[in-house]
Amino acid sequence: MPGLGARLGRGAATTTQESLADSDCVVIMGANMAENHPVGFRFVMKAKERGAKLIHIDPRFSRTSAMVDVHVALRAGSDLILLGALVNYVINSDRWQSDPFFQEYVTHYTNAATLINPDFKDTEDLAGIFSGYDAKERKYDPEAWRYAGQQGKSSANQNHASQDASALTELVGQQEAIPHYDFTLQDPHCAFQIIKRHFARYTPEMVEQACGVPQALFLEVAEAILTNSGRDRTTAFAYAVAWTQHSIGTQIISCCALLQLLLGNIGRPGGGILALRGHATIQGSTDIPTLYNLLPGYLPMPNATQHHGSLAEYLEQERPQKGAWYTMPNYVVSLLKAYYGETATPDNGFAYDLLPKISADYSFQPMLLMMKDGDLRGLFCMGQNPAVGGQNAVLGRQGLANLDWLVVRDIHEIETAAFWYDSPEVRHGELRPQDIKTEIFLMPAALAAEKEGSYTNTERLVQWHDKAVEPSGDCRSEAWFMYHLGKRIKQLYQGDTSPLGRQIEAVTWDYPTVGATQDPDLDVVVKEINGYTVADGKPVKNGAALKDDGSTACGCWIYSGIMTADGQNRARNRKGDERASLGWGFSWPSNQRIMYNRASADPAGKPWSERKKWIWWDEEKGEWTGYDVPDFPEHKQPDYQPSPDAKGLDAIAGDAPFVNMADGRGWLFAASGLRDGPLPTHYEPVETPVSNLLYPGQTHSPTVKQFHRPDNRYHEIADPRFPYVITTYRLTEHYTAGGMSRWVPWLAELQPHGFIELSPELAAEHGIANGDWVTVWTLRGEADSLALVTERLQPLVIDGHTVHQIGMPWHFGFGGLAQGGIANNLSALVEDPDSLIHEAKAFTCNLRRGRIAGHAQGDRP
Amino acid sequence: MMSATIPLIDKELVGQHGARPGAMGFLTDTTLCIGCKACEVACKQWNQLPMDNFGFTGNSYDNTGDLAAATWRHVAFVEQIGDGSGQRAATMAPFQSNWLMMSDVCKHCVNAGCLEACPTGAIIRTEFDTVVIQQDICNGCGYCLPACPYGVPALSSTDHKAHKCTLCYDRMDSGLEPACAKACPTDSIQFGPVTALMEHAQTRVADLQSRGVANAYLYGDRAIGGTGGIDGNNAFFILTAEPEVYNLPAYPELPQDKVGRAFLTTFGAALALGVAAVVALRG
Repeated sequence: MPGLGARLGRGAATTTQESLADSDCVVIMGANMAENHPVGFRFVMKAKERGAKLIHIDPRFSRTSAMVDVHVALRAGSDLILLGALVNYVINSDRWQSDPFFQEYVTHYTNAATLINPDFKDTEDLAGIFSGYDAKERKYDPEAWRYAGQQGKSSANQNHASQDASALTELVGQQEAIPHYDFTLQDPHCAFQIIKRHFARYTPEMVEQACGVPQALFLEVAEAILTNSGRDRTTAFAYAVAWTQHSIGTQIISCCALLQLLLGNIGRPGGGILALRGHATIQGSTDIPTLYNLLPGYLPMPNATQHHGSLAEYLEQERPQKGAWYTMPNYVVSLLKAYYGETATPDNGFAYDLLPKISADYSFQPMLLMMKDGDLRGLFCMGQNPAVGGQNAVLGRQGLANLDWLVVRDIHEIETAAFWYDSPEVRHGELRPQDIKTEIFLMPAALAAEKEGSYTNTERLVQWHDKAVEPSGDCRSEAWFMYHLGKRIKQLYQGDTSPLGRQIEAVTWDYPTVGATQDPDLDVVVKEINGYTVADGKPVKNGAALKDDGSTACGCWIYSGIMTADGQNRARNRKGDERASLGWGFSWPSNQRIMYNRASADPAGKPWSERKKWIWWDEEKGEWTGYDVPDFPEHKQPDYQPSPDAKGLDAIAGDAPFVNMADGRGWLFAASGLRDGPLPTHYEPVETPVSNLLYPGQTHSPTVKQFHRPDNRYHEIADPRFPYVITTYRLTEHYTAGGMSRWVPWLAELQPHGFIELSPELAAEHGIANGDWVTVWTLRGEADSLALVTERLQPLVIDGHTVHQIGMPWHFGFGGLAQGGIANNLSALVEDPDSLIHEAKAFTCNLRRGRIAGHAQGDRP
Repeated sequence: MMSATIPLIDKELVGQHGARPGAMGFLTDTTLCIGCKACEVACKQWNQLPMDNFGFTGNSYDNTGDLAAATWRHVAFVEQIGDGSGQRAATMAPFQSNWLMMSDVCKHCVNAGCLEACPTGAIIRTEFDTVVIQQDICNGCGYCLPACPYGVPALSSTDHKAHKCTLCYDRMDSGLEPACAKACPTDSIQFGPVTALMEHAQTRVADLQSRGVANAYLYGDRAIGGTGGIDGNNAFFILTAEPEVYNLPAYPELPQDKVGRAFLTTFGAALALGVAAVVALRG
C-alpha cells in the first residue's frame, strides 16, 4: 500500500478495527465493510451505539449503506475529486484555521512547513502534469519534487515499506540534510501553500459536477469530519480495494492519508485509516510476501537493472541514513542467514549473490501476458482462481491453455483446473480440449480446520489457529506441500554446480516434521520468522536484537517478537481488554496496535485530551507509556533535537512521530516514494464516460501503465459504443473467485446465481424486467447474467449528462453450484503505476436484454 | 410514529408477556442486523440441514424465501430506497434504514398453536419453555402447519415429518447458546432468559426512539405479535416498520380461539338462512 507508506512510513492500516469503536465519526469509502468485513463491522456498530456519525460514500447503496446516517452515491472513479474537495474545505474552514490543535499537530507532525524546491511546478502550473515529467517514457523524475536545498543529494531512499525494488531505485535521493521550514506556513514554497493551491479547484461545485453528489450532501460530510476531528474528537476512514483498484488507486489512498494528517487523526484512538484487506491473510502475504518485488519485511528485492550487484552495493543504494530504516543491514543479513545458514558468511557477503534478481514487472497482469505469449511455461495456482478472478479473464484462460504445465491446489475443482473442458470458449467451440497442451495437476488442499497456521488480518494482527481434524485422503496443507516439494527439488539438484543448482542447494530446508501427515513443525517455522541467535538457537526478543554480523538469523524482521524467549508463540494469546488488547495475538511492529501513536500526545508529550489518551511521556520515569506499545524510542525526550549529522532513529526529533520517515514527519507533500506525483491529483479511469473536468487536457494519469494489444483493447473516452459505467464487487455470501463458497451448498443457496445490478431507470430504457437475462460486453469479452433491478443503483447527472452505473459481483463462474457470467471477462489489463493493481472498480460497458448467442434462452435458473 | 400506524390493542399491554419461570428465548434486534446471513448458515451447519429451495428469486438479496423444513432462520430483505419519485435516500435515521433486514425464526409462543394441534404429542414444551418437535414421534400429519399463526412449521419432502427451530435444544442442554446467536457478528440476535431480554428490549426501544428512530417498537408482547391468546412470543423482535412489511401478522391469534367464533358464525348463518327460508316459504 504505497499510498499510506509514502506519506506515513509504513504501507499498512494505521489503526485497528477495535479502535473504530472509539471513533466519533467513521467514513467508509471504497469499501463495503458490513458485507465484506461483517465481523469487524461490529466495532462500527459499537461506535454508533456510542453516538458516532457513520458515513458511507459509494456508487451503490449496499448493506453498509443501510446501517449508516449518510449515504453518498458518487460516480465510480471520481473518489479523488471528493477527497480533494474535503482537503480544500478543511484547510479553508474557520474552525481549522482558528483551532490551535490543528496548527500544532500539522506544524509539528507533518511536513506542512517544509520548503520545497522552488523550481517545483504543480499540476495547476502545467495543465495537469507535475514538473519532472518525461512524456516519451511516460515517467517522472522525482528529483524535481525534492525539499529545498536537497536536490541531487543521491544516496538512498527512505520509504521502503511503500515501494518495490524498482521504484526504490528510481527514486533515489533521500532528504538527507536538515530541511528548511517556515512554521508560519506562509512561504509560497512551503508544502502547505503548495497543497492549498493544488486543491483550490476541488470545490463543492466540482464535486456536484464531476462526482454527481449534491453540494448540500457533500457539505454535510465535510462538516461531519471537521466537527468530529480535533483535540477531543477523532474521525476514522475505512477503505478497501474499491480505492485500490483504480489507475490512480494509490493516490486516492494517499489523499486520505493527507486529509487525515491535516485533521490530526493519525496515531490517535478512533482515528487513522483502516485499510480493509480483502482476504483472510492478505496482509500476511505482503508482510512475508508472495509479491515478486519484495523480500520479507518489505525489504526491496534485488534488481538486476540497478546497482544491486553485491550486498555492499545493495545496502549503499537502499539504506537510508536517517529514520528507522537505518538499521536495514541487520534485517537483510539476518534474512540471508535464515535462507542460507552456514553458507552465508561475512566473507561471501552472506551469500547475497545467491538471491534471484528481478529485471522487469513480473506482477500478476504481465504474468498473464507472458503465459499467453509463451514466455512463461509453468504455473502454480494456490488459493487463486485466475480463470474467474483474473482481469481480462478471456485472455487469462487463453494463457492457461498455452502453458506446458499447471498445478492447481484447491479444495474444489475450480475453473482454473477445469477450463480445458468446461470454459465458455470450449462450450462455444472456439477451443477444443484436444488442442490444449497444458498438463494440469489438481492437488487436493486441506481446509482451514484441517491444518494449523496463522492469519495476519487487516490490522496487522497475527492470530494462530489450531488443527481441529486431520485432512481427509490426500488433502494436505500448504506448508506440507511447499516443504516436501522443496525437499524433492533439492534432491533433484543435488550435486548440480550451475548457478541455479547452487542457489537451490544452499537453501536451508530442514524443518522437523510432525504427525501422521509429516507436516513441517510450524513452531520451528515461527521461530525462524521471529529470528534467533545462531549460536544457541534462542529466539531474539525483538527486531532491535538483530545484527548485521551473521550472529542472528531472521525470516521476517517486522515479526520479531512474535515468539517469547521461552518459545511461546504470542499469536496464540487470547486475552482481550477494553483498550489495546495487547494480550490478544501479536501485532507487528513490536505488538503495536495503533501505529505512529507518538501523535496521540501533544508535542510536549501530554495527551491531547483525557478522552483521546493513548500514549504519553512519563516525566518521572523518563519514558513513553500508555495503553499501547509506544511507536517511538522508549526514552526519547519530547524536546530532543537531533544534531545535523545524527543517523538512524537518533536523527528523529522528540516531537516527530513518523519514525520511518527521514524527517520523522507525515508527508503532506511526498518528495519521493510515488511514481505518479507528490500530490494526489484526479485523473479519470482509463475508461470513462466523461473527460477530466479538472484538467481538460489530461484525462488519464500520465503514468498509468497500459497494455495496448488486440486481446486487451480499451474503450475511448466517452465512447458512444460503451455508455455505461460498470463496477465489480463482492457479496457477503461468497468469497473472492468462489473457490471456497460456490461449491458449498449452504453458501451457494444464499446467492445461487450471478447477477447484474441496475437501476429501474436504466432497466426501463432497455425493457429489462427484474430476473431477465442480461448480456454485458466490452472490447475484452462478454458475460450474461440475471438482472437485479433495484433502486440501490441510481443514475447520476455528471457535467449535465445522465450517467448510468451498473454493478456486477465478480464471484461467479462456470463451475460449482452457484454459477453465472464471469465479470472479469469484461475488465481490462491496466496498472496503477505505484501498486501495479488493475482497474476493475470503474470501467465502461454496454448491455442488452437477453443471453449471449448460443446460450439457452428462457427462464432463469 | 409507529403508534400512529399500528393501533395497539391496548397500550397497557406493551411489554407484557406471559413468560414462565426459566423461559429462554431470542431477541432479534433488526436495527443491528447487517443481513450477513451468518445465522442461516450457522443454523444449517449445527443442525445439519440440507440446502433447499435452490434458485435466484430476484427479491433483493433474499434467495431463501421463507422459513421451511430445512430453513429455520430466514433473513428477509426489504428495499425502501426510493421515495417513489426516483429520489434515493441519502440522509437517514440512525441504525438500519431504507434496506430492512430481519432474521425471522420460530417464535416459541407462550401458548403455541402447533403444540395444541399436534395429535401425537410429538410437539412438546421443554424445560426452557421452548417448543420442540420430537422427530421420533412426529407422524407427519401436518396439523401443526395451519395451527401456527406465523406459518413456521413445515413438512419435509425428504422424511415427510414436520420441522422447525428447536432453539438449539441440544446446545442449550450443554450450556451453549444457539448457533445463530453465537454466529451473529453484530449481536442483532441475542439469546437469554425471556424476562431479561424483554427488559432489555424495552430499554433498547426507548433508547432508539430517543435517538431519532421514532418508529422502533417491540414485536412479540401481548400488545402486538404475541396477541390473540398466544400471550407473547419467547422469540421476539425489535422492528422499525409495520409487521406486514416483514411478512409478520400484526395481530396473530391462536386458531383454537377462533373455534367458538367460527361455531357461532356458522350457527348464526344457519339460523339466519333458516329464518330466511321460512320467511321466503311463507311469502
